[in-house]
Formats: sequence, C-alpha cells, structure tokens
Amino acid sequence: MVLASEITPTVELIGITKAYPGVVANSDIHLTLLPGEVHSLLGENGAGKSTLIGILSGMVQPDAGEIRINGKTVRIHSPRDALERGIGTVYQHSLLVPTLTVLDNLLLGVDQGWKLGREMAMARLHELATLLDVEIDPSSIVGDLALGQRQQVEIVRALWRGEGVLILDEPTSMLTPQGAEKLVQVVRRLVSKGLAVVFITHKLSEALDLGDRVTVLRRGKIVGEVTPDELHNKSRLQVTDEVLKMIFGEKSDASQGTSATQLSDTAGETFRVDHVSVKGDGPHPVLDEVSFALKRGEILGIAGIDGNGQKELAEVLAGQRRVDNGEIILEDLSIQHLSIAARQAKGLRYVTDDRHGEGMVGPLSIALNVVLKRVGEAPFWRWSFVRHGAIREFARKLINDHDVRTPHEEVAISTLSGGNMQKVILARELALAPQVVVYNKPTYGLDARTTAIVLARIADQARAGVTTVFISTELSEIVAICHRVAVMYRGQLSEPISVRPGIELQLGALMTGSTAV
Amino acid sequence: MSAPHDGTTVALAEHKSQTESRLERVSRSMTNALIPVVGAFIIGGLLLAVLGRNPFAFYGNVIDHGLIGSLGRQETLIRMAPLLLIAAGLMIAFPAGIWNLGTDGQYVMGGVIVAALGPELAPHVSGFVLFTILFIAGFVVAAIWSLIPAILKAWYGINEIISTLMLTFIGLRFSAFLVKEYFYDRETTVPQTRVLAVADRLPRMFSSRVHIGLIVGLVAVIAVHFVMRNTAFGLRLRIVGMNPKAAIHAGMNMKVLTLAIFTLSAGFAGLAAAVNISGVDGVVRAEWNPAVGLLVVPLVFLARFHAASVIVFIAAFAVFKVGGESASRKADIPNFMVLFMVGLLLIFMALGEYMQLRSSRKHQS
Ligand SMILES: Nc1ncnc2c1ncn2[C@@H]1O[C@H](COP(=O)(O)OP(=O)(O)OP(=O)(O)O)[C@@H](O)[C@H]1O
Ligand SMILES: [Mg+2]
Repeated sequence: MVLASEITPTVELIGITKAYPGVVANSDIHLTLLPGEVHSLLGENGAGKSTLIGILSGMVQPDAGEIRINGKTVRIHSPRDALERGIGTVYQHSLLVPTLTVLDNLLLGVDQGWKLGREMAMARLHELATLLDVEIDPSSIVGDLALGQRQQVEIVRALWRGEGVLILDEPTSMLTPQGAEKLVQVVRRLVSKGLAVVFITHKLSEALDLGDRVTVLRRGKIVGEVTPDELHNKSRLQVTDEVLKMIFGEKSDASQGTSATQLSDTAGETFRVDHVSVKGDGPHPVLDEVSFALKRGEILGIAGIDGNGQKELAEVLAGQRRVDNGEIILEDLSIQHLSIAARQAKGLRYVTDDRHGEGMVGPLSIALNVVLKRVGEAPFWRWSFVRHGAIREFARKLINDHDVRTPHEEVAISTLSGGNMQKVILARELALAPQVVVYNKPTYGLDARTTAIVLARIADQARAGVTTVFISTELSEIVAICHRVAVMYRGQLSEPISVRPGIELQLGALMTGSTAV
Repeated sequence: MSAPHDGTTVALAEHKSQTESRLERVSRSMTNALIPVVGAFIIGGLLLAVLGRNPFAFYGNVIDHGLIGSLGRQETLIRMAPLLLIAAGLMIAFPAGIWNLGTDGQYVMGGVIVAALGPELAPHVSGFVLFTILFIAGFVVAAIWSLIPAILKAWYGINEIISTLMLTFIGLRFSAFLVKEYFYDRETTVPQTRVLAVADRLPRMFSSRVHIGLIVGLVAVIAVHFVMRNTAFGLRLRIVGMNPKAAIHAGMNMKVLTLAIFTLSAGFAGLAAAVNISGVDGVVRAEWNPAVGLLVVPLVFLARFHAASVIVFIAAFAVFKVGGESASRKADIPNFMVLFMVGLLLIFMALGEYMQLRSSRKHQS
C-alpha cells in the first residue's frame, strides 16, 4: 500500500491477527494512524474494535502481525509500555480515584519512583492543559468534577508519558451535549498539534463529524474505509448509507423506525411512586419527593444528565436501596418494604446499567448468567439439582434470538464483547413476562442495529401490557418509544409530559436545571 | 504480507479450544498443585542438609513411618478423619468468599461439649444413638459459636478474617473455663472432662485402630463437592463468592446465605471434633489447643476445592505429619519440620498464583 502523503505514520498495524477459542477477533488487520488525523473505528458489537485497540495499548498480545511506531517495528508488552511510547487510552470506565485530587491521581497512575516529583508533575500538568486548551485545577477532588472535566483529566493521564496517540473508547456516551462539544474541541486541538486520535463509537453521526478517516470492522476483518477525500466530497447522506452497509452488511435495517403506540384510554393504573425520598450523605437528598403514576402498558421515559439520581431511583424501585419516605405501589399493593426477590416475584424487574459490577458473574458461563435470577427454579433445577441440559438449551435459544456473538453458551460471559454482554443481560429480562420493568440505560454500548431491535422489543412488550420505566441519557431513544417523559435534576423529577415532536429543546432546558420552559 | 487464510485461522482457534479444554487443563492444574509441593520438599531438604542431616534419610523415614509401616499408616488414617471434616467446611466457606479462619475455636467449642456429654450419655443409650447425638451436638455447638462472626458480617459488614481469628482465642479460653468450672472429672487431679470409655468409642474397621470417622470424613468431602457443584444452593454460594453485588441484584437473601455459610462451615469443624473425641481422644483437658484447622486452609486452596484433590492432599499431609514426628525424633531435630514445610508450601503457592496471573495477563487480554 502506498500512502498518499510522504508523512511517516505515527502508528502502522500490519497484518494483525488475534484468535480466541472459537473466534477470530482480529484477522489480518492493516490500520494506519497519521499524525493530525482523527481515525474513527466503527463496527457492530463483537466486530473486534476493543481487541484491536487492546493490542495497540498493550493489553492484548496479537498472535501475528507487526506494529510500527514512527516507522520502527516495536513490541508493546504492557499498558505501561504503551504509555511510555506515547500511546494513551481513555476507557469507558473511569480509572481515576474519585476521593483523590487531580494531581494525586496523575502521580498515582504514572509515577513509579519513590520520590513523587510534585513540582515536575505540576509543570507537566500545566503543559498538557495548555496543549488541550483546558483549565484543570490540580488540587480539586476528582469526585467533585463534572464528568466532562473528569474526562479531560483522563486524557491528561493518557498523554502523561508522551503525546503520540490518543485512543478514545466510546467517550461521548456519558457526556452532556456541552461536554461532548468541548471534547470535540479538545480532540480537534490535539490533532492540530500533530497527535493521532483513534475514536471508537457506535454513533455514526459523531464518527463522521469528528473523524477525518473512517475504518469499519466486521467479524474481525476490515470491510471498508472512508478516506478524507471521500468524506469531503460525498454528501453526508451518501456516506452514512455506505458506512451502514459496511457495518451491518448489505441488508442494513439500522434506521428502522419504532414508535410508541397509542395507549388505550381504558388502561388502568398499575404502578405508582408517591413522594419517594432518599437521604444522601450530604445535605441534599439523593431523591427528593419523586412521584409518578403509570397505566398498564405505558412507557415513561426518564431523561437527565448522568448522576442526577436516576440510578438511585432505579435501585429504589428494584428494592436495592432503602426508601426513607414515600410509597411505591404495584397493583394496589405497597411494595417499598418488600425484598428484591419478593418484588421480582410480583413481576417487577430491573435491568441494571452496571453490567460488570452487578449485572453478571464474569467467570460463570453465559448459560448460567441467563438464569442468574432464577437459580433453583424449574425447569432449570429440579429438586434443587441443576439440569444443565435445560439451562443450555434455554441459553442457546436466547443467544440465537438476540444474535449474541459467541462460540457457544458455555464460555465465560467475561469473554464477550461489551455490547454482547449487554445483549445477554437484556435477553435475560426480555425472556420473562413481567408486570413492570425498570430499564437503566439499556442500549449502553449496543450498536445501532441492536439498539433499534432492543427499542422495538421494549415497545412490543409494552404493547403486550408491560409497564415500563425507561431511564436513558439518549433523548432520541426516549422520543422514539416513550409515551411520556420526565426529567431528573438534582434528585427531583419533573412533572411527566407527553412526548411530541420537537420536545427535545424543552427537555434539554429541564436537564440543566433551567426553569424557563 | 503473510496473511493467514481465514479458514486456517478459524480451524486453529477451534483446535486450540479443544485441546485447552481437555489435556491441557488437567495437566496444568496438576503441575500447578505439584510445583509448590516439590518446591517445599527441595527447600526443606536443603535446610536439613544445612543442619547436617541427610534429607533422603529424613524423607525416607517420613514415608516409612507415615505410610509404609502398619502402625504409622493406621495413625495417618485416624488423623485424616478430622482434617477431612474441617476441609469439608472450608470447601463451603472459601468458594462463597467467606474466610472462616476460626475453625480451631469452633473445633474446640464443639469438642468440649461432646467430651462433657459423651460419658454422661454413654450408660443410657446404645452406640449408634450415642454417636448420632454426639455428632449433632458437635455440629450444632460449633455452628452456634460461629453465629457471632456471622451476624457481625451479615448485619454490620464486619470483616470475618479478624472476627473468626479472635473468636478462636476466646473459644480456647472459654472452653478451658468450661472444663475447669463445670465439666471436670472429680476423680482426677488434672482439670479434664470425664473419659469416654474405650468400649463406648466409635467402631473400628478392618480389625485395625482406624475408626469409622474416616468414612464420615470422606463422605462429607465428597458430598460437599457434589452440593457445591450440582445444586442450586451450591451455585448461590459460589455466586456470592464470585460477585456479591450480582447476588444481591439477582435477589438472593444475603443475610440468610451468610448465616448458612458460617454455620455449615463451622458445623463441620465441630463435627470433626466430635468424631475425634468419640473416636480416639475420649477426653478434653483444660488448656486443650489442638490447632489443626489453620493447617487445612492452604491444603484446601491448593486442591482448588476439588474433592479428589482435597483427599489426596490431606492424606499426604497426614503422612507427613505422622511420619515427620517419628523422623524428627530419629534425626534429633525439633518437630518443626511439618509446620516449616506448610509455610514453604504457602509461599510457593502464592508464587505460583502470581506467576500464573502474570502469564495469563501476557497471553490474553
Ligand atoms: N478474552 C477473550 N476471550 C475470548 N474471546 C474474546 C476475548 N476478548 C474478546 N473476545 C471475542 O472477540 C470478539 C471481538 O470482541 P471485541 O471486544 O473486540 O468486540 P468490539 O468490537 O469491541 O464489540 P463491542 O462493540 O460490543 O464492544 C468477540 O467475539 C469476543 O467474544
Ligand atoms: Mg468493545
């Protein structure tokens, strides 16, 4: 391959192959990162994106292939090794310690020596803050920072040992629109200073907005590229269409529409939350007199910027967090004192957003994870004895129905790609016939097509009479399937309003606490 | 560019997964367990050489007196019984993520009550009933004793490593107090319980001194293995051990499970004491400190909670302990070799674990 320009690429991946038992995660991948370019990496769930950047960042060792940095062939032995070569990664989950200051976090992550060169660190922080064109107070506690600022600290951390390549793995999923805009500015500035940036996302528009070049992976192989010229010269619509075809193959249906159906007027109220409050550690309550009432089959969207009490609300409903005040009523029955299991038995389900922390048991097989909430129940256990045959058969059916990419149902769930783990967790809940389901960010990490399928299934379930609380930071999803929507802000829930076209602006104002509606 | 054909890569991947699942896994777990053992023997041998003793002669004596000689072999089998029962309890607690390090205290508390009860009941009930009552008593008393750390853990989240270790000390003092104040035999001068008559002890097998406690121990280990791997209860415990937050999210009752883990695991330690007292000791003295439980901890880990390996390691340990006592006497060194070797074993195990972690991090993600 001859490069169009004479510039030495910052990184060249040549013939990278990585196989896991039963899957080829990366097959003969060739990827070139040029200084001054944002390279968007796209692909459906399980396509091999995380594996590829894992190889580049020293987390995964390839089976075959060559890595060149600034023209020289190297081996990257460990993440530390990668950092020292100027390759830094910002992961979806923060690596920062929230109780420490910014400076301590930076010293913690990177300093090996006994002497913590604070002065040198301050200088380096200043240098990088100037490079990013952001203001970072070294003495502020990380936990007090807004998510956007925290991410800036993560970027500083990633570039601490040298600034060559910055890898961003789904960086915008947690940010406010303003935060995302600032991130775009920071990335633009970094590439203008000659860095190479790799940007992984499932949001096509972001990939095209920010990327100078796009590479698409499918089933471990590169299936297409969009060069800077093509990005400039073709219409957005055309490029979007082409890229969607590359991601999902010819018969792309990612843009299929879903919408909420009319609720029947006769539907009765099934689920009511009445002035529920939860005290916090600080002076402000975590949940402050939250109230809403839902009819059978209704989907209530709960919008809001992450961290305004949505997770606590979900946990209170599921029974994972104690209510200090107020009442939760399911079918005329007060349930706020019932255990998690008792609420599950009454048909109340909770799809957590914390798949690693509580949604799954990593070392156990996919098969056992799909029955995690039904341990001991027939037909999977009889007289308390496990029936592996029944469990495996059930798991195979779910894997098939939900298109989970895995060699078989007996592999540990921790070997799945992020999006495929999420599919398993959703499959587990969607397989039941619940009364009420609380979803917390159910499409987190899913590719566009799977997102559309999941939204359609949630809407279908609602049509069949399931009452749904749908917590999301994605307004587009809320608008697509919810009947009504309310906004969480600092522990308070706004009055639910009916979803209608163009409601996003109004919601945006509520999300930032502005009362002028 | 040497791009492998996609087909071959897939075939290669599948081939890898199959061999990995059969031969490699078995041999890997074997070597993982054997390397620390061999390492401990080599270092132990070096130490003996430094002390001017012939390590080959020493180890030869160990095998001779612990395994080959009939008397020694019987002693080994007798010693295995309580060790197996303690191991059965740990095979419940450890996979569930509960560090019950208080088996010594639980053993002594169960043992004291059994020793006090045995001679009182023996004249009134027949053998089978007597042993059933004594076994249940040992189990229940130890289980109740463990409720203290269990409640502290389940309701107040207090770390059980410290509380169970502390309760061992308290249990030792408390049992001595019980013997001196209430259970002492008025006909002897030393503070000890009444002696269970030899005729009233557990039946023996194969016209040897080995009593049926060995069978009880073997059955317990195998039963626990089976329950942990094949029942809903066992899976719940393993889930609690692997990811307690997932267990809560799935709606499991953590308080009940925690109590169950503690009481079952302690109960087996109490049963171990009941077996040993009604089988061999027949009596408990004040200031009694058998200190057997903590030595079982590394063995159970080394065996990765697998019944067959647990039995093999406990047998090897018992051989070494029994044979080591004679061999030390012969070589005229203090009887510290066994403890020293267990210590070495632990260090090598930790090293092995570390190496494995490093290599798996290198080879995989
Ligand atoms: N440690 C592992 N062991 C076995 N298989 C693995 C391992 N890591 C990844 N895989 C497999 O490799 C494939 C690619 O996974 P990868 O995480 O790279 O996908 P991805 O493109 O990041 O997907 P997502 O968008 O869902 O995050 C998947 O089929 C996955 O199951
Ligand atoms: Mg991924």
